[in-house]
Amino acid sequence: MGILKAENIRKQFGENVVLNGFSHEFKEGGVTAILGKSGCGKSTLLNILMGLQSPDEGSVQLPENAKIAAVFQENRLCENLTASANIRLVTGKKIPRETLSKEFGAVGLSGSENKPARTLSGGMKRRVALLRAVLSEYDILFLDEPFKGLDSETKDEVLHYVKEKIRGKTVIFVTHDEGECKFLADEVIRL
Amino acid sequence: MKKRIKKAAVTAACILFWLILWQLVAMKLNSRFLLASPVEVIKRLFELVITPDFLQSVMFSAGRILLGFALGMTAGCTLALLSGKVRIIRTLFSPLISAMKSVPVASITILALIWAGSKNLSVFVSFLISTPIVCSNMLEGIDSLDPKLKEMSRVFKIPLWKRFTGVYLSQMLPYFRAASRLAIGLCWKSGVAAEVIGIPQGSIGRKLYESKIYLETADLFAWTLAVIILSWLCEKLFMLLVGILQKRVERM
Repeated sequence: MGILKAENIRKQFGENVVLNGFSHEFKEGGVTAILGKSGCGKSTLLNILMGLQSPDEGSVQLPENAKIAAVFQENRLCENLTASANIRLVTGKKIPRETLSKEFGAVGLSGSENKPARTLSGGMKRRVALLRAVLSEYDILFLDEPFKGLDSETKDEVLHYVKEKIRGKTVIFVTHDEGECKFLADEVIRL
Repeated sequence: MKKRIKKAAVTAACILFWLILWQLVAMKLNSRFLLASPVEVIKRLFELVITPDFLQSVMFSAGRILLGFALGMTAGCTLALLSGKVRIIRTLFSPLISAMKSVPVASITILALIWAGSKNLSVFVSFLISTPIVCSNMLEGIDSLDPKLKEMSRVFKIPLWKRFTGVYLSQMLPYFRAASRLAIGLCWKSGVAAEVIGIPQGSIGRKLYESKIYLETADLFAWTLAVIILSWLCEKLFMLLVGILQKRVERM
């Protein structure tokens, strides 16, 4: 059964047509990867599916009151909040402190919970953004190049963590990495 | 810890250097009317502190200056929030804020004397000094708010109160901190200056005025030192409170 349906999406910026008649029904409980080279319109498509951008033509059908979570193209962290406060901002206090510490440890961020986000490196911020998304309550999870900026060893660790966390959930993720697709996705859309 | 001790020692050494220089110049001039020595000033300050008049004057001036500061902070923040939200309010108040920033304290004081008399002069002057500083700084903070964080809050459906504290307040507090630090010092400076012009009964400004009239240079320096200490204390205390708030917000 489809949880999200995109019909005949068209989007252009000036003369440049980035999406031309894209249609797809995303399966509930499945991981769909949108694969393509840089600049082919992957992030634009994801933003349209999330409702952050409007298509020039076509429509997106998303169930009303569907909860969504996302890792955006940028980290979009509140720089003056600690790493754990950034997560609690979306999860509330539902996750006990000890559990949250374990989650930080699982992505190689032990001891960074109480550090302000502004003091973290790019790769650390990316992992905090990922934790924020996967630990929140959602019906659909959107991930835009979620492993960007991670070294191969960390990326491997984080990929395994994410795979475990998103099992049975509806996930749409954008990447240019075939390896990530093979490892995570049930279905691949090539743009 | 070692670094902090070293820093404190360097600061103390710098202060000592200036005090010694002051003492040497005072000894060279050898005139109590021209320049009182630091030893005389500190001695005079201790004499003044134990008089009931001192506490009364401090309470009179500090109460009014801090009231003006608090009103200015409230007005400045409110105006900045409204200006950030409604374009026409920003356009309407922009020339007024610019004018408030550049009008000399003496002009404000004389106007206040005509309108409100001398008793609450420092409230009015502190208010007029702090409002534009706070408003401009906070507006700068509002303008620098990342619109992508607003979008993130919408996607994650973050509740309104948490959105306000976590997303907006956390970004605004450094601007608030800088504005209040600057404003509180200026409020003391201009508030006391206004009192010297308006000479309200029982104020620090009047004491300074009287020390000028009677050529009591030691008194003038002692009261000035008292104002510096009071201003410093107020700034430190307020910064401590803002720091506590900042830590709470930072950790949610």
